[in-house]
Amino acid sequence: MSKKYLLGVFHDEHDMIRAAQELRKSDISIFDIYTPFPVHGLDQYLEIKPTRLPVVTFIAGTAGLVLALLFQYWVSVIDWPINVGGKPFNSFAAFIPVAFEIMVLFGAFITVFAFLLRSKLVPMFSGSIMHTGATQDKFVIALEVKDVSFDAQLISKTLDSFGASEVSVREV
Amino acid sequence: MSDVVSKLRKPLVSKDRTYTEVSDDVLSVIEKPPGNLWKICISISSSLLLMGIIVIGYQVSTGIGTWGLNKTVGWSWDITNFVFWVGIGHAGTLISAILLLFRQKWRTSINRAAEAMTIIAVLCAAIYPIIHMGRPWLAYWVFPYPNTRDIWLNFRSPLLWDVFAISTYFCVSAVFWYIGLIPDLANMRDRAQTPLKKRILTIVSLGWSGSHRTWHRYEMLCLILAGLATPLVVSVHTIVSMDFATSVIPGWHATIFPPYFVAGAVFSGFAMVLTLLIILRKVMNFEHYITPSHIEAMCKVLLCTGMIVGLAYGTEFFMAWYSGNQYERFVFLNRAFGPYAWAYWIMVVCNVVIPQLFWLKKVRTNLVIVFIISIFVNIGMWFERFVIITTSLHRDFLPSSWAMFSPTWVEICTFIGTFGLFFTLFFLFVRFLPAIAISEVKTVLNYAKPKDHHE
Repeated sequence: MSKKYLLGVFHDEHDMIRAAQELRKSDISIFDIYTPFPVHGLDQYLEIKPTRLPVVTFIAGTAGLVLALLFQYWVSVIDWPINVGGKPFNSFAAFIPVAFEIMVLFGAFITVFAFLLRSKLVPMFSGSIMHTGATQDKFVIALEVKDVSFDAQLISKTLDSFGASEVSVREV
Repeated sequence: MSDVVSKLRKPLVSKDRTYTEVSDDVLSVIEKPPGNLWKICISISSSLLLMGIIVIGYQVSTGIGTWGLNKTVGWSWDITNFVFWVGIGHAGTLISAILLLFRQKWRTSINRAAEAMTIIAVLCAAIYPIIHMGRPWLAYWVFPYPNTRDIWLNFRSPLLWDVFAISTYFCVSAVFWYIGLIPDLANMRDRAQTPLKKRILTIVSLGWSGSHRTWHRYEMLCLILAGLATPLVVSVHTIVSMDFATSVIPGWHATIFPPYFVAGAVFSGFAMVLTLLIILRKVMNFEHYITPSHIEAMCKVLLCTGMIVGLAYGTEFFMAWYSGNQYERFVFLNRAFGPYAWAYWIMVVCNVVIPQLFWLKKVRTNLVIVFIISIFVNIGMWFERFVIITTSLHRDFLPSSWAMFSPTWVEICTFIGTFGLFFTLFFLFVRFLPAIAISEVKTVLNYAKPKDHHE
């Protein structure tokens, strides 16, 4: 299912921010903004909620820590206990380094996968690329063309008045 | 771009550049066919790598009796080089993670190359324990998997901790590095001229569009990864030091080892970063991105960590005396005045004395001198590991088993071979991937300029 988007392309991030501000003032919802680097202060125009990635990291890290400790205990005490230099089977302190590493490994990898899934970043998929300049020097505001209530002409004019170098419609 | 520049804060990119120019500066080098200089460099380094592969094949097929080890010195050259490379692999994550948490914005132009160096150095390090196993095709035995031998690993051994620490460190650093590369790969994809290039870059850039919703999560992800990598980097060299510290050998059995090794790792890593970047900025025309003030900042890190290392040398001697333990005292006196005293004093001069020159601004801003000092530190840190490992072993508790160690040609060629691997991979990296984090540098272009001033 293809959707239509109206793109306003800017050369200057400050012009783009002002245009986004104006669009929000006139109650027009912005689909997304594409920039070559993270531009701060756009969150309120896109109504972005704080990301839940830290929660993922916490759960994944805790799971890694607990699993690694349990596994080492099971291996060393339950499944096949071996007397190594008279050390106790449950050498808890000695299990901490490996448990720490597994915690970091789980935390990092699961967070990365969660990020990739949530952001729909997968190999070969290039459907969401709106404007090829947005990875280099263009700042692109994308508005979804929904229905008749969407006044493309008026919005184009607004974008133009804030210094958009190019206003175009793109189907994705 | 604005002409108004703060006098107190110097810009991080020394020339006024637009966003397109930043991409051009970094990417045009790798979009052109390789020059002769690159071809000569990669020929030399890959020849050394080939020699390394041949001698590794020889020692694996013959056995590690080809090494110069004996009954007394059972660990020397291999583990020295292992610790040497792992140590070098610490600066990248320090720069990308710890400096990110400390909001040191100057890191943006050097973190990509430093992280690449980290990953490559860890690969070089991994070679040594794998050869030392004697049967490297069974290297997977170090991982806990249900097996027909019906036996598990000994989780009480620091050598096993090392397996987990190094492999986790390698994986997390590689992922962190790749995540950082995605926006730049997307930039390369959108600039690609040939269909093949575009296809490959479309796969590896994962459909990155520059969406603000993604950037928002991306920045959080980088922060989380930095937060995870920071304790990780400290843990890795801590665990490496525990290979020694948990033993009962005088000269190894010391509680100071973890912080001492971590400081040493940062010290040697920054030295190697300096060595590489001073060449890189010249060859790749990155002088406006890796500016003298970047070099100066790294010199200061080197000065500081060098003094921490010096303090550790002193503390070791103090503790040897203060402990009243005769074996401990003997080992340290033997280190400084015994048969390996030359190695000890090379270490002290290279690591403690020579970096003191960095107190002078004139030295820190003279790139030739900085380059030479960085080489001295690299040499000094290699000798530090050699001194710790070999001098503690070669004088056993029983004088009848006292021995000396000297490397065989096999060991020397293997070491040169790992340099071949290191430089081959590094040259491939600078040839095919952006050596400067483009999207990150773009965020600091307006550093030290008034925020609202624009045309």
